Amino acid sequence: MLRALYVNGTMPPSETEIVVEDPTAPSDNSPAVTTRRTVEVVVYLVLIGLALLLGFDNWRSGMGWAKDGPQSGYLPFYLCVILAGASLFGLGVAFLRRTDVARTFVTRDQLRRVMQVFVPTFLFVLLVQWLGIYVASFLLVAGFMRLIGRIAWWKSLVTSFLFTLIMFLTFEVAFDVIMPKGPIEAVFGF
Amino acid sequence: MEALTLLLHGFAVLLTWKTLALMLVGLLLGIFVGVLPGLGGPNGVAILLPLTFTMDPTSAIVMLSCIYWGALFGGAITSILFNIPGEAWSVATTFDGYPMAQQGKAAEALTAAFTSSFIGSLVAVLLITFLAPRIASFALRFGPPEFFAVYLLTFCSFVGLGREDKHKTIISMAFGLLLAAIGMDTVSGQLRMTFGFDPLLRGVNFLVAVIGLFGISEILLTMEERLALRGHAAAISLRVVLKVWRELPRYWVTLLRSSAIGCWLGITPGGAIAASFMGYNLAKRFARDPSSFGKGRIEGVFAPETAAHASGTAALLPMLALGIPGSGTAAILLGGLMVWGLNPGPLLFVEHKDFVWGLIASMYLGNVVGLVIVLTTVPIFASILRIPFAAVAPMIVVSCAIGAYAIQNAMFDVWLMLLFGVVGYVFKKIGIPLAPFTLALVLGNRSEDAFRLSMIGAGGDLRVFWSNGLVGSITTLAFILLLWPLIGRIFESAGRFLRPAKT
Repeated sequence: MLRALYVNGTMPPSETEIVVEDPTAPSDNSPAVTTRRTVEVVVYLVLIGLALLLGFDNWRSGMGWAKDGPQSGYLPFYLCVILAGASLFGLGVAFLRRTDVARTFVTRDQLRRVMQVFVPTFLFVLLVQWLGIYVASFLLVAGFMRLIGRIAWWKSLVTSFLFTLIMFLTFEVAFDVIMPKGPIEAVFGF
Repeated sequence: MEALTLLLHGFAVLLTWKTLALMLVGLLLGIFVGVLPGLGGPNGVAILLPLTFTMDPTSAIVMLSCIYWGALFGGAITSILFNIPGEAWSVATTFDGYPMAQQGKAAEALTAAFTSSFIGSLVAVLLITFLAPRIASFALRFGPPEFFAVYLLTFCSFVGLGREDKHKTIISMAFGLLLAAIGMDTVSGQLRMTFGFDPLLRGVNFLVAVIGLFGISEILLTMEERLALRGHAAAISLRVVLKVWRELPRYWVTLLRSSAIGCWLGITPGGAIAASFMGYNLAKRFARDPSSFGKGRIEGVFAPETAAHASGTAALLPMLALGIPGSGTAAILLGGLMVWGLNPGPLLFVEHKDFVWGLIASMYLGNVVGLVIVLTTVPIFASILRIPFAAVAPMIVVSCAIGAYAIQNAMFDVWLMLLFGVVGYVFKKIGIPLAPFTLALVLGNRSEDAFRLSMIGAGGDLRVFWSNGLVGSITTLAFILLLWPLIGRIFESAGRFLRPAKT
């Protein structure tokens, strides 16, 4: 999927055309997973919960008004009140709204594509902790190009290796930025 | 004419091979990011920020602002050739730009877009050169109450003047301010909202949040779209450039009007999106034959591009003079200033002359060099779109992770970035604006400090915010802007009530 196909243009005579195909694009009639209203309600509930939790902590650390001005919990406490209030208002609006109730939040096809990025990213962050960022990034780029982009193995591996090497040379060698490193860098003495 | 001397000094700071090379790299990276689908100015700056961590502040800001100019230029390429606005503020450019490309006049449209971007930015930079030092020296007299009043004005104007649902803007802002308060309380030293969890002691880092919100979430959003494109490839010849430039003086009213709109909306938080539409609509309204707009009229490219770029540039004025960003990108640059150890605000003009005037000089030079680069390299950049997104997406993810880790060398931050990626994705899809959140997160601590310092100074008396004419009028203006939607409605109904009586 997402393979760019370049077709030399035949349409306008004077100019070349650029055509990029997306064969596995989410189709327009894919069924909806959830409606936007459902997600809005969930987000407001989460925010209200967060406001209660943080508000409680600020109440504990002192939300009063001392002689010389507010205590350290004062402003955050009232921010929690504002956040909870605005979220409650949002809940009310979401429930009372008559128009576009069933507006789609995400379709099944779209969710599948989003997950195709999110899951590898999640695994990448997980791997960084053991393998270091450079090895993990090599695996991410190569794996993503091959498995999700269906790009030829050798192209994926070469691109990924070059990219990782450039990153390594830029940050580790040239700019001396500390990055998480794993056993493989250790073998080479970094 | 002190400004001119200082500006010349700024050019002197800038004219080293190293800085010029960084400018060039920044511009090219910026155009690259701007051309990629879905990514634009703030994304480019957020993703490429880590590159600058080890540089000295002047080189760093020069490179970052060049990334920004580059991204602004790059956005026009996709709008005109592919009818895909890279940014919300390029939408108005597609109205006449794409029809021109379809008629085989892509080169003219691109030249018009680049030239007018250049003109818009130039007007705004001139404004910055002469106005920012004055505002800054005026603001040197500000004490904590005045600063708090200005912060309040910024927050209130976002709520009152924003086009999104009010409760969503308020949620976004309150959430940002709350997250900014996590960690050590700078006034009393007390810990807040950390729940005994060590990584939270340092608080939620602004840049980590920004990289998640503008980097990761944008990738998720882009993947949802259909990524197929069909467009024109165009090369710009010198003949076309000269032809468009010869026609330029004929449109001076449009250019001037759009520049003025852009500068005004850039300084106030109206933003480049509003500016581009307003520029387009006004050009259409004042035209002799409005019906020819939307069918490939060159003026329809000039008007929105000039306004958008004037606005994007002018947004840096309040950031430099007062330490208050006028746009999302300016907020990210402000976060960068803090990483490099500079304290944003009016003192910057006194304490870091090299930095400020180097930056202003780089705005001039960056725009000139940028114009030359885009005019000569359009065919190459248009073909970037042929690179499969499956190769670009993981590389952006890696850059984001490197950036998030580099800020404080903490793995926790990388996880936080991922979390903010999801938050940004969901917020954007349900219409909670991210700009107020970004602004609140970057200004949260500073505005709280200002509030509490003024409270300590005044012995806890809130009347300090009306204690003199200056602070009083800023505070009052803030409340008027906050309640503006209500006030506007009252005027409207009053007007409706009065109108029948008149006739």
